[in-house]
Amino acid sequence: MNNNDSQSAAIRLEQVSFAWGDKPVLRDLDLSIPAGRVTAVMGPSGCGKTTVLRLITGQQIADRGRVLVGKIDVGQLKPRELNHLRRNIGVLLQNGALFTDLTCFDNVALPLREHTPLPEPIIRRLVLLKLQTVGLRGAADMYPRELSGGMNRRVAMARAMALDPDIMLYDEPFAGLDPISMGTSLRLIRDINRALGITSIVITHDVDEVVQFADYCCLISEGRVVAKGAPEDLAESEDETVRQFMQGLADGPVPFHFPARPLDQDLLDSGAR
Amino acid sequence: MAAPRTLFANPVRELGRALVFLLTAISRMRLTRLQIAETLRQVYFTGVRSLVIIVTCGFFVGLVLTLQTYDTLTRFGAGDAVSTVLALSLFRELGPVLTTILFAGRAGTSITAEIGLMRATEQLDALDLMAIDPMERIVQPRLLAGIIAVPALVLVFNVTAIFGGVVFAVFLMGVDPNTFWGNMQASVELGRDFMGGMIKAVAFGFLASWLAVYYGWTARPTSEGVALATTQTVIATAISVLLVDFILSAIML
Amino acid sequence: MKSSHQIEFTAGIFLLLAIAALVFLAVQATDGGAAMRGESYELVADFSNVGGLKPRAAVSMGGVRIGSVERIELNPDTFEARVTMRISERYNDLPEDTSASILTAGILGDQYIGLEPGGSPEPLRDGDAILITQSAVVLEQLISRYLFNTDGE
Repeated sequence: MNNNDSQSAAIRLEQVSFAWGDKPVLRDLDLSIPAGRVTAVMGPSGCGKTTVLRLITGQQIADRGRVLVGKIDVGQLKPRELNHLRRNIGVLLQNGALFTDLTCFDNVALPLREHTPLPEPIIRRLVLLKLQTVGLRGAADMYPRELSGGMNRRVAMARAMALDPDIMLYDEPFAGLDPISMGTSLRLIRDINRALGITSIVITHDVDEVVQFADYCCLISEGRVVAKGAPEDLAESEDETVRQFMQGLADGPVPFHFPARPLDQDLLDSGAR
Repeated sequence: MAAPRTLFANPVRELGRALVFLLTAISRMRLTRLQIAETLRQVYFTGVRSLVIIVTCGFFVGLVLTLQTYDTLTRFGAGDAVSTVLALSLFRELGPVLTTILFAGRAGTSITAEIGLMRATEQLDALDLMAIDPMERIVQPRLLAGIIAVPALVLVFNVTAIFGGVVFAVFLMGVDPNTFWGNMQASVELGRDFMGGMIKAVAFGFLASWLAVYYGWTARPTSEGVALATTQTVIATAISVLLVDFILSAIML
Repeated sequence: MKSSHQIEFTAGIFLLLAIAALVFLAVQATDGGAAMRGESYELVADFSNVGGLKPRAAVSMGGVRIGSVERIELNPDTFEARVTMRISERYNDLPEDTSASILTAGILGDQYIGLEPGGSPEPLRDGDAILITQSAVVLEQLISRYLFNTDGE
């Protein structure tokens, strides 16, 4: 699966550059996501991982280059076509982003009610099945605030799957989870992918867990893909950036210090004042 | 949104942005069954939840207004005119203005905070990603609900204030009830005084909910950003309601 | 789900309450109710000077309010002010020779029309004119007359 050719790629980013204002985030990034697999996109904080996700969903448009989902160029879509594309992509945002004024049931039912003409009894059945998948059918009538953070994210996962998308995107699905919740989420991501045969992209920086669920893995640093391949191969890589990230070293190609003037100069200045 | 905003930093630009925001919201207006149900839900959250404060304030405003007017008018031997003064000042000015300012404090702030926190907790992004327009789902129902809830609250306010007036003038001061109602009916015009006030109420409701959703929508997604936005909602609503009130009064007179 | 139905129901009740308030205020606290409550008829009267009389001013007889001034215009033939009054249908048998005068409530009060009944058995009907009228007392004229008289002595 390492030698994925562009034909089987579900999502491709070609020579993509993107900047927030005048701060460049991505520089000529090339990335292929194989169809039907779980791909982990890793990298240090602020390296542009979330931007990649926002480019795929069309929330941001690349300054240069193309973002292809299937055969569709996301950057060229009109709002209506973009909405059509988004119905086919399930996204799990960092903290779940459930609607706090709706019950879990209504949260999951929302996309179905909005986008399908299905009658209420069928919607009810579908929602309960989705909640059953994430193990929270019993919490259908509870509000998100009554559930733990991990459970919230599982409900959000059910909501993201509500329309049976072909692609699932997970933005930092493990951040701030206890080990049990993390194990649950890991297993769910993998099971959902296997059971539905969909393409999954997981944005994360949890190096240790990647091996357990990802088929394919790519590492982004400073707006570029610095390494890609099976997680096991990455772990044994000799590249300095890859080693720093996989082993969690404080300093290396990714510097510990935020860019600044030399320390002695700063200290001398403040003494003079 | 990069530079911190203050209310008067650049009023013209601020006004332009608020206007563009409003036009965007209106241009994407789509009245579906879901949309109407959501609007009704918002009428509950903004209107029904404001009833207690509106009824309480309305009663005491009616009471104290009658007390002061009656005291002044009796010095000129015109105590019977108290009901006229009460009804005219309520219908034309106090009802719409006070209700809207109370509404801004009670409901406007919670709309602003709610939308600001929805942005902070990515709920607006989530809607976008589900191919649901947050303008349509979040902004429009709250905008419509304000236009419905404020006039309704003004009516409730006016009724309780007049009741407060009856309690003071008729029950405590012994003004003849027939004189009280008769004078009121004789000198309050349904079209100009009462309906004119209701036109104001609709305009103020629109203004209050517009400002509330606008400040919520543009709030920086942090705790202090949301706190600042709620403050701005109250200040901006109070000032612009008084300004628009003056303009409308000048036009209608 | 059940709670969201309750919410919509309560919101509906609230709006019904508001409509009830609208009707109550319109009928009980404004002139809108008068039109609904009872029939009325019109009378006209010509005055050489109406002073500060305004539309909607009271029309009363024996101190009891029986109607209001509908409109005031200039009669183009006589160059007198023609006042149209709307009188409640309850008082539909005012004598034909009733007289009208423009009075002031107190020194600074509003001006109103006071009707004084005559003795004729024939009643006034809708659109009839009151022939015996007395114009408003204009304070400035009173003062100047007083000054003129003292000068002449």
